[in-house]
Amino acid sequence: MSASYFFLLSDPNVQYVALGAMLLTGSSALMGTFALLSKKSLVGDAIAHAVLPGVCLGFILAGTKEPLWILAGAFLTGALSVYLIDFIVHNSHIKEDTAIGLVLSVMFGAGIVLLTAIQKTGNAAQSGLDQYLFGRAAAINRQDLLVFGTTSVLIMALVIVFFRSFTLLAFDRHFAHALGFNVKFIQFIQTTLIVLAVVIGIQAVGVVLMAAILITPAAAARYWCNSVKTMLWLSSAFGMISGLCGALISYAAPAMPTGPWIVVVASVIAFVSLLVAPEKGMLSRSLRQRRLQQTIAQENLLKTLYKLGEKNEDFLHERTAQEIMRNLKSARPQKLLRQLLKQGYVERNNNHWKLTEAGYLRAQRIVKIHRLWELYLTTYMNIAPDHVHDDAETIEHLLTPELEKELERQLGYPSTDPHQSQIPYRKT
Amino acid sequence: MPIGYEDITILITGTLIAICCALTGSLLMLRRMALAGDAIAHAVLPGIVIAFLLSGSRSSPFMIAGAAAIGLFTTFSIEMLQKKARLQNDASIGLTFTFLFATGIILLSMLAGQVDLDQDCVLYGELAYVPLDVWITPSGTVMGPRALWVTAVLCLLLLALIIVARRPLLLTTFDPAYASAIGVSVPFYHYLLMGSVSVTTVVSFELVGAILVVALLIAPAATAYMLTDNFRMLLVLACLAGAVAVAAGYAMAATLDTSIAGSIATANGLLFMLAFIFSPQHGLLFRKKRKPVIH
Repeated sequence: MSASYFFLLSDPNVQYVALGAMLLTGSSALMGTFALLSKKSLVGDAIAHAVLPGVCLGFILAGTKEPLWILAGAFLTGALSVYLIDFIVHNSHIKEDTAIGLVLSVMFGAGIVLLTAIQKTGNAAQSGLDQYLFGRAAAINRQDLLVFGTTSVLIMALVIVFFRSFTLLAFDRHFAHALGFNVKFIQFIQTTLIVLAVVIGIQAVGVVLMAAILITPAAAARYWCNSVKTMLWLSSAFGMISGLCGALISYAAPAMPTGPWIVVVASVIAFVSLLVAPEKGMLSRSLRQRRLQQTIAQENLLKTLYKLGEKNEDFLHERTAQEIMRNLKSARPQKLLRQLLKQGYVERNNNHWKLTEAGYLRAQRIVKIHRLWELYLTTYMNIAPDHVHDDAETIEHLLTPELEKELERQLGYPSTDPHQSQIPYRKT
Repeated sequence: MPIGYEDITILITGTLIAICCALTGSLLMLRRMALAGDAIAHAVLPGIVIAFLLSGSRSSPFMIAGAAAIGLFTTFSIEMLQKKARLQNDASIGLTFTFLFATGIILLSMLAGQVDLDQDCVLYGELAYVPLDVWITPSGTVMGPRALWVTAVLCLLLLALIIVARRPLLLTTFDPAYASAIGVSVPFYHYLLMGSVSVTTVVSFELVGAILVVALLIAPAATAYMLTDNFRMLLVLACLAGAVAVAAGYAMAATLDTSIAGSIATANGLLFMLAFIFSPQHGLLFRKKRKPVIH
C-alpha cells in the first residue's frame, strides 16, 4: 500500500495535481480561520452551496468549462448569498440560522435546476460539470491550476496585508470601530476573500462538502494554540494534508469522488486534536479536572484533622479513621489517607492517623485563607456572615501565596473571622 | 399538458412530504435550530446506506429506525462537541454533519453497483419514480404506491403528536425555564422533536434528496413566519406554503424538463420572496423603517 503511494508521488503528473490540491485546500483553510473566529462558519456552508448556480451560469455563458468564467459565476452567486442572508436578517424578524438554511437550500436547488437543464441539452462539453458537486482533484488541468493557483496566492497575500484588521474584526468589531478602522470595508474584504476561498476550493472538494474545508481544519487548529498567527499556519497545514490525501486517492481510485475523502481526513485530524491536544484537548482537560478534584478532597481531609485538633488544642493528636470519616463528606477517605501518607502529610500508627508537621502547616494555611476570605467578604463586599462560607470553601484551595499576602495586608492581620473563630497564622 | 394518474400520485406524495417537513421545520425554526435540521438532513445518509446494506431493501421499518438513531446521534454529538470539547456551536454543527455526509458518500461509492442507491438519488431524490414502486400485500392486493402510504402515516403521526403535545411543545420552545419549573421535561421534548425531524428526513430523503429536505424544512416555515405571529396559524400557513411550492415546482419542472427537487426548492424560494416583500405585517413594502444598526 505505502509502496504504491510512494510510486504515485514520483510521477510528475501526480506531483502537479497534488500540489494544486494542496494549494486549493490550504488557502481555503486559511480563510476558514477567520470565518471560524467571526462565528461565521455556517455562512461558509451557505456560500459553498450557493456557488452551484454560478458555476452553471458561468458554463452557460462561456459554453465550455472555461475556468475563468466558472470562477466569475461562482464568485457572483456566492457573494450574492452572503448579501441575501444579511439582507433578510436585517430587514425582517427572521433569525440568522433560518436565513442561512433558506438561502443555502434554495440557491442549491436553483443550481440543480440549471445543472439538469444543461445536462439535458446534450452539449458534449458539459460532461464533468457534475464533478463540481463532490470534487475531483485529478481533473485539475494546467489551465485550471493557473487560474485557481493565482487566486490562492492572492488570498494568501491579502491575508498577510489585512492580518491585523481581520483579527481585530473577529474578536471585537466595536473596538475596531472605535479605533477608527473602516469596519465595513474590512468586513467587505474579508467576506470577499471567504467567498474566493470557497470558489477555488470547490475544484478539489466540491460544493456539497466545501464548508468542511473552511470549518474543520480551523476548528482542529484552535485546539493546539492560543495565537491567531499559529492558528493560521496550522489550519492551512491541516488543509494541505487533507488536500494531498484527496489528490492521491483521486489518482488511486478514479471512480471515487475526492471531496468526501478530503473531508474525512480533515475530520479525523480534528477529532484527534480535540481529544489529545495539550491544554485544550478533552483528555488533558479531564485529567486536569480530576487532579484538581483530588487536591481539593485531600485538602479537605487535612482541614478536617486540623479542625478536630482545634477542639482539644492538640493538632497532632492521633485519631481513628472512623472519627475522621464522621467529620468528613467524602466517598473514599481511606484512599485519600493513603495518598496523603505517601506525600508525607499524615502518619499512620496501626488504625490511627495524625498530621505530620508539613500536614499541619498546609491545613493551617487552608483554614487561615478560608477565615480571612470570609472576613474579606463581610468587610469589603458587605455580604452577610451566614452567606460567605460556600464561597470561602472554594477559594481556600485556589488562592495563590501572593494574593494570600495581599489579603492579610489589606485586612491588617485580624485575629478572628466573622464567626469568632481564631485565624491561625504561621509562627515565625 | 394533461394531468395523468402518475402526476396526481406524485403531487399528493410530494404534498404530504411538504406537510411533514413544514410541521417539524416550523418548530425547529422557532427554537432557532434550523441548522440542526440541516445537519440531520445530511447526517442520516450513512445511516440510510448502512441500513440499506444490512436489510437489502429501501422501505423497511428497520431502515427508518436506523436512520432515526443516527439523527439522534447527530444531535447528541453536536451537544457533546459543544459541552465536552468546548467547540463553538456553528463549528460543532459543521464538523459533525460534513463528516457524516462524507462518510455516507464514500460508502455509496464503495458499494456502487451493489446498492440500488446512488449520488444522484442522494442529491435529487426520485419523486418521479413514486408511482412505479407499488405496495402489494402478501395476499396479492395492489395497494397503490408505497411511498404514498408511508408519507401519509408519517403525516398523521406528526399531526397527532403536535395536537396532543401542543402545550408542552409550545412551552419548551418559548420558555424552557418556566417549562422545567412546572415539571415539563425540556430534554424529552427536545429529543422527541429531533427524533421526528430524523424520521421525517429519512422518509423524505430518498424521495426528494438531501438538499430539498432542507428547503422543505426551512423555507415554508420562514414564509409563514413572515405572514403571521400566531403559532397555530404559522403551522397552517407553513403547510400551505409547502404544498403550493410542491405544485408550482412540479409544474415548473414539467415545463422546463428539469429536476423536480430543484424546481420545488426554487419555488419555495420564490414564495418566500413574495412573502418577504408583500407581507401586510412584516413585508419589506409595509414595514416601518427600522433605525439603522451600527456595526
